[in-house]
Amino acid sequence: MTGRALSVVRAGALTCVQDEGRHGYAHLGVPRSGALDLPASRLANRLVGNAEGAAVLETTVNGCAVRVRCAATVAVTGAACPVTVDGRPAAWGAAVRVPSGAVVEVGPATRGVRSYVAFAGGIVVEPVLGSRSTDLLSGLGPAPLRDGVVVPLGRPAGACPRVDGAPAPGVPGELVLRVRPGPRADWFAPDAPAVLAAGRYRVSPASNRIGLRTEGPALRRAIEGELPSEGMVLGAVQVPPDGLPVVFLADHPTTGGYPVLGVVPERDLAAAAQAAPGTRLRFALTGPR
Amino acid sequence: MSSVRILPVGEHALLIELDSGEAAGALHAELLRRRAAGTLPAVREIVPAARTVLLDGVADPPSLATQLTTWDVPPLEPCARETVEIPVRYDGPDLADVAALWGVAEREVAEIHRAAEFRVAFCGFAPGFAYLTGLDERYAVPRRATPRTAVPVGSVALAGPYTGVYPRSSPGGWQLIGTTDAPLWDPHREPAALLAPGTRVRFVPGAAR
Repeated sequence: MTGRALSVVRAGALTCVQDEGRHGYAHLGVPRSGALDLPASRLANRLVGNAEGAAVLETTVNGCAVRVRCAATVAVTGAACPVTVDGRPAAWGAAVRVPSGAVVEVGPATRGVRSYVAFAGGIVVEPVLGSRSTDLLSGLGPAPLRDGVVVPLGRPAGACPRVDGAPAPGVPGELVLRVRPGPRADWFAPDAPAVLAAGRYRVSPASNRIGLRTEGPALRRAIEGELPSEGMVLGAVQVPPDGLPVVFLADHPTTGGYPVLGVVPERDLAAAAQAAPGTRLRFALTGPR
Repeated sequence: MSSVRILPVGEHALLIELDSGEAAGALHAELLRRRAAGTLPAVREIVPAARTVLLDGVADPPSLATQLTTWDVPPLEPCARETVEIPVRYDGPDLADVAALWGVAEREVAEIHRAAEFRVAFCGFAPGFAYLTGLDERYAVPRRATPRTAVPVGSVALAGPYTGVYPRSSPGGWQLIGTTDAPLWDPHREPAALLAPGTRVRFVPGAAR
């Protein structure tokens, strides 16, 4: 490949391309997808002078390394981590000029889970249904990165803003997710909201881009049996038969047959995306409309 | 509208529950008509399902909920629009089991299935996977006790009251009665899904392989 591109030196545990996701196709069974920590991916884009919705790399737990095949401007946000260029320390949360051929190493997350790596000009893999996002549930978009893969970069549109650096996020020791009850709160035992609100939950290691799984007290049902399939939203707190709530994240299925006790607002989900397995988790019930 | 429950879903969505799949289909058709006419407030997703329609990405859900209750929704017309024909070879590995469940001979499964008029009630499970209604309720069948790890692309299958067609190979527990070569899903085509919600469908004899 000629022109602007990067090649993957170390793909890491799971590094994928993400933008703001596919909207308007849920009725065809197409998940929204998109960056799990959208404020972080948007910030990375702003730092390098991109539109907020440009495609970036989303890493998981142990970062990634890429070699740029052109001079590039790079910014890393999201999970805090060491950043190096050809082995020399570089700034996290700031635009870094990188010469052609240099290796940008995004190290293991020291706080949080997912780092975002934006390149001026954005990643320009072929969009599918209007988005370049990797959708791990249905396999749309580019496959997760593998070592040696070459990824095309776009032309930088404008100059980087004059920003010295973005503050690293503080990841609190406890994740608090607000939950607005409904639509199927009536499918649960009368004590379920109290159990959810008082429960000492933890983030399960089985969590992924589809859902934040939990460990803690099980919620009991009042109505047994399967709910006829119905549409699901981002942030839905779905409760499968084991009674342990699952909070739907970007790659969630568009319809489902387990009842949804409540919904976590979108603005709380960036923190959910950065909560490592084992993190203490509390649900705070908010009033219904 | 009669017999409608509007359930709260977070801050930007509504789940409208009706008393039947037909009523959900009628409301879905009305929502699409109003969106095409420019009289529906902006809604990012309109997702019909078995007995509900989800409206997601709504700026002011309470106001839309109030509007909805005043609508006069006409029933679904029996066969209003053009019908998509799906050629099927009734050669599925579960044909004998389905025949036994229905209490008919194997060849009659194809006759009964081809005689029905189907409608895509909703999509889900995978991009372009359609849940079609139209078979009489006495032909509802359970899922397989043990799901298959890989159902071939193009499998025509039954589960509960629904007929589905697998747009790509995937694990699945539906009863496989036949195979089609119809191009069900292509994200680079417009529309990407051959079978979108509301589409009328008939299954017709397919060419032998």
